Amino acid sequence: MDRKIVIPGDLLSEDTRRAGEGTYVRNGKVYSLLYGIASFRDRISVIPLAGKYIPAVGDNVIGVVKDITFSNWILDINSPYDGLLHISEFPKKIDVEDMSKYLRIGSSVMARVKDVDPAMKVELTLNDRRLGVIKTGRVVEISHTRVPRLIGKGGSMISMLKKELNCNIFVGQNGRIWVSGNEEDMDLALKTILLIEREAHTNGLTDRIVEYIKDARRARG
Amino acid sequence: MDERVFIKDGIRLDGRRFDELRPIKMEVGVLKRADGSCYMEMGDNKVIAAVYGPREVHPRHLQEVNRAIIRYRYNMASFSVEERRRPGPDRRSYELSKVSREALEPVILTSYFPKSVIDIFVEVLQADAGTRTAGINAASVALADAGIPMRSLVSSCAAGKVDGQIVLDPMKDEDNFGQADMPIAITPTGEITLLQMDGMMTRDEFRQAIELAKRGCQEIYRIQRKVLIDRYSQFEDLQDEGSRR
Repeated sequence: MDRKIVIPGDLLSEDTRRAGEGTYVRNGKVYSLLYGIASFRDRISVIPLAGKYIPAVGDNVIGVVKDITFSNWILDINSPYDGLLHISEFPKKIDVEDMSKYLRIGSSVMARVKDVDPAMKVELTLNDRRLGVIKTGRVVEISHTRVPRLIGKGGSMISMLKKELNCNIFVGQNGRIWVSGNEEDMDLALKTILLIEREAHTNGLTDRIVEYIKDARRARG
Repeated sequence: MDERVFIKDGIRLDGRRFDELRPIKMEVGVLKRADGSCYMEMGDNKVIAAVYGPREVHPRHLQEVNRAIIRYRYNMASFSVEERRRPGPDRRSYELSKVSREALEPVILTSYFPKSVIDIFVEVLQADAGTRTAGINAASVALADAGIPMRSLVSSCAAGKVDGQIVLDPMKDEDNFGQADMPIAITPTGEITLLQMDGMMTRDEFRQAIELAKRGCQEIYRIQRKVLIDRYSQFEDLQDEGSRR
């Protein structure tokens, strides 16, 4: 079996070269750091079943403005650490006085993590075509540990969802997912996403989800 | 000391042998709003542990720039003992909070989460000697459940001396009227993270007690591990049944 559930301190291998994410090495042996699912490939890594989102450079996230300071928006990114969006990272040139016109407290944005320093100061940016302020659609929150499953191997799950569900989907690495489409499609999309969250640790999920969507469509006629 | 007999023909008051633990019951993920939680019964002890975090530190001045801080709150409910206890923290619970925190701190990788806090709350709902060890066992499982990186779990139990005999996991009467009580906490690799004792033991008895308590901890570790593993494998079975329909 190449996948199994492990707890912190479980011995995974005696070959330190195979130590991957979620593991640690002690006395020439590899142990698990986390309670999660260990996958044994060339490298052994442990994917946690729970835990808080810790920002990393390049992650896409969905944030909610919780405060505005001089030249910065402070965003809640569903993490122990706040995200800072500097005025210069807004796609348009705007004045400090006008900040709350474009993004007020409570606004949601799709952003990217531009930098994280050792003191966990998280800088965000909106400078990309795919990023920006959320004006339509819905946002659903799942555990960030299930995001890799939602994306699937090489994006297989997410591209299937976009096609089958007729929706535009933006996945934040922090577990927030934006869905946009017509009302009926969005209803089904949110249900499907929550189903994936619940069953993320099971095998053969993509096929089952395809079936699920087809069933739901058929039931609706 | 009174004249009670605690051991008769090698059997204790509650029918256990010297090296036997009280029955243990454990459940993970019992609290919906906590990041990790665990309910545990060790004999007549009933404790519940909740873990929150890593999260932002309040008040701010407690924050550490290069690591997470850990807070541990051990609390006994007013109804947890026979005579109603005055609610709120007292000297005893401050001490137990401190030693329990220090029992868990060495296994947690606090440097992964600078400027944050991991809060552990342990509530004793019913007490019958050995609540600190039950609390540590539950808290350690709750930490794993919260997805916090740890070198290993921590397991904890006590050994005591009753009627001149070293026994494992004393219950209330044995603790109250016995000659010594020694709670320990260890990692599965055998590193001791907590060792306390009150009463009197000879050196030999002390060694004997440590060995006995270590064996008890190993047994508890097996239970802790099983509870965590079973949580998701059970779920997988349910899924299988569902898909077979």
